[in-house]
Amino acid sequence: MPLEFSAQSKQRVERLLTRYPTKQAALLPVLHVAQEEFGHLPDEVIELVSRTLDLPAAHIYGVVTFYTMFHREKHGRNELMVCTNISCMLRGAYPILEHIEKRLGIKPGETTPDGVFTLVEEECLAACANAPMMICGDDYFLDLTPEKVDVALDELRRRSQQQQPQPVGTKTIFGMGPNGAKT
Amino acid sequence: MPTPQELRNLKIVTKAFGIPDSHKLATYQKRGGFEAFRKALTLQPAAITDEVKKSNLRGRGGAGFPTGMKWSFIPKDAKLVYLVVNADESEPGTCKDRELLAKDPHLLIEGMMIASYALGCKHAYIYIRGEMMREAKVVQGAIDEAYAAGWLGKNHPAAGGGGTFNLDITLHRGAGAYICGEETGLLNSLEGKRGWPRLKPPFPAIKGLFNAPTVVNNVETIMNIPEILTRGGEWFAGLGVGKSGGTRIVCVSGHVAKPGVFELPMGITFRDLIYDVCGGIPGGRALKGVIPGGSSMPPLDASEIDVPCEFDALMTDPRIKDVEVKPGVPFDLGGGRKLKTMAGSGGIVVFDDTTDVVALCARIMEFYAHESCGQCTPCREGSGWLARVCKRLARGQGEPGDVELLANIANGIGGNTICALGDAAAWPMLGFLTKFRADFEARIQPKKIGLPGRAGATTEAA
Ligand SMILES: Cc1cc2nc3c(=O)[nH]c(=O)nc-3n(C[C@H](O)[C@H](O)[C@H](O)COP(=O)(O)O)c2cc1C
Ligand code: SF4
Ligand code: FES
Repeated sequence: MPLEFSAQSKQRVERLLTRYPTKQAALLPVLHVAQEEFGHLPDEVIELVSRTLDLPAAHIYGVVTFYTMFHREKHGRNELMVCTNISCMLRGAYPILEHIEKRLGIKPGETTPDGVFTLVEEECLAACANAPMMICGDDYFLDLTPEKVDVALDELRRRSQQQQPQPVGTKTIFGMGPNGAKT
Repeated sequence: MPTPQELRNLKIVTKAFGIPDSHKLATYQKRGGFEAFRKALTLQPAAITDEVKKSNLRGRGGAGFPTGMKWSFIPKDAKLVYLVVNADESEPGTCKDRELLAKDPHLLIEGMMIASYALGCKHAYIYIRGEMMREAKVVQGAIDEAYAAGWLGKNHPAAGGGGTFNLDITLHRGAGAYICGEETGLLNSLEGKRGWPRLKPPFPAIKGLFNAPTVVNNVETIMNIPEILTRGGEWFAGLGVGKSGGTRIVCVSGHVAKPGVFELPMGITFRDLIYDVCGGIPGGRALKGVIPGGSSMPPLDASEIDVPCEFDALMTDPRIKDVEVKPGVPFDLGGGRKLKTMAGSGGIVVFDDTTDVVALCARIMEFYAHESCGQCTPCREGSGWLARVCKRLARGQGEPGDVELLANIANGIGGNTICALGDAAAWPMLGFLTKFRADFEARIQPKKIGLPGRAGATTEAA
């Protein structure tokens, strides 16, 4: 059985398609919907989007790999984006990042073994006047100190334990030739 | 004319800051929302563009291009025109659009309605940065409210009977790529492609989104439009300085006691901004320098802060040194024009005398190397090379000739690329070398005898 969108995602996709004169223009929003539903964008999901929008899978693959927010691998339930760009750097972002690395036992780009956190070192997140800072989903954590980081991490962990674990998605088969043919 | 104090307190785009529930339609309408749009509908579209021209409104996204002139480039006989609002804010040091979107989304919507009426646009897009998930929800909520109230969509109730005006607005989320802030990269991204900037010409005004004539404007730019309609272009121009009308939003970050986003008179100097508005530098330390308009702009040193943060002053004021390729040789912007700096995005980053400017510059270079889209060789290779050499200098492992090498690489990028990201790496590099050369030279290890110089040929990973 090829992968399908849930009824709810299908409805969102239908609505998105009414907002653009071409199907291709709906690609980024549809990929957001897909990533929200499946957690990440392995080949099967790319193929689903390809069928949905009548676009070559190779085009979608090229787009997915261009944008940093789309990921091919499974990520943690909380994506911690820590800014280390200049305004944050001047106010101690690197010590903050190190503190988080120590607390979580992972480096940027890695996910904790329990799947709760993925740590991402980010470029400027447009909250420079509240540096150093990080975001997680739509939560902002501003004017960070090591103590505030500890409180934030505990709170995020507590929240994600209450929540249902996200669907695991499907296995990633890496590598794709032109028009989605597996290499 | 307002007095200087009145001017200091005058708010155009940050009026909603501090008002509870300012993002809701009911609050906005209580504040007189959509009155400017009603007025706009009583005018001819061309008269609105004229008013915007008179106002001396200049683009707040980075380049400071006159907005009215940009609008007038749209061909008169165009059947299909798009307006796209650039809400991709990601130039390091810039944090104004995010606040504006969160606090007053209906002001943006009204500005877009007026602009769309003037341009003949039927469907406008807001391209919002992917990471701004919270703001995307707020803006989508505002759009939904505006549809429900009949301001957007077909059969406009306020359209003055004729029903001649109708507008759709779609919020489009990016997905993490700085280059999508560049207007043609943005258009490609909006069309469902990689965010690769396009070769210009053709400019978007002729061939933009879906090949139709398109205006791309920054969030703050568009949010000025309703007030220009209400109070007139002349009034707006009178608030400003020279050819720059209105107020200016600055985002002050780094080593100041009170960082923040402020709407201030165009003519305010960096000194007033740092020591008066932002409470000075913590710990009584001394100023080393200021980045005046986002990380892509050459820095000012501590002796250059009596200049106002206005567009033209930063490009021409004789108190600012010319950016040089090497001591005594100014960088050529093309046709012999010299580079000082620019007001850019309003992101002002202050750094004190304890700052390692080489590490700061290396972080900037790392950013542009990371964000280069890779289409043009000078930018793709040059930005990575700048980052690697800067980083080894920052580690104290610089080699003789590295400072000249950096200048040569930067000089080779500037002006030789498809989009201005190449310049955005080259200009601050040359600017840092011009203003703080000694700091870079101090990081050079004396050459060991017997080892051939390998300047730049390093293969270490970035
Ligand atoms: C590399 C690069 C990144 C840019 N990023 C942004 C951005 O995030 N937001 C923005 O409004 N303009 C950005 N710009 C400027 C846009 O290309 C464009 O000039 C601007 O959106 C026009 O709007 P304005 O005339 O209202 O300023 C960027 C330009 C370049 C070269
Ligand atoms: S200058 Fe850089 S970012 Fe711009 S198109 Fe060329 S490679 Fe891409
Ligand atoms: S530099 Fe960290 S949010 Fe802008």
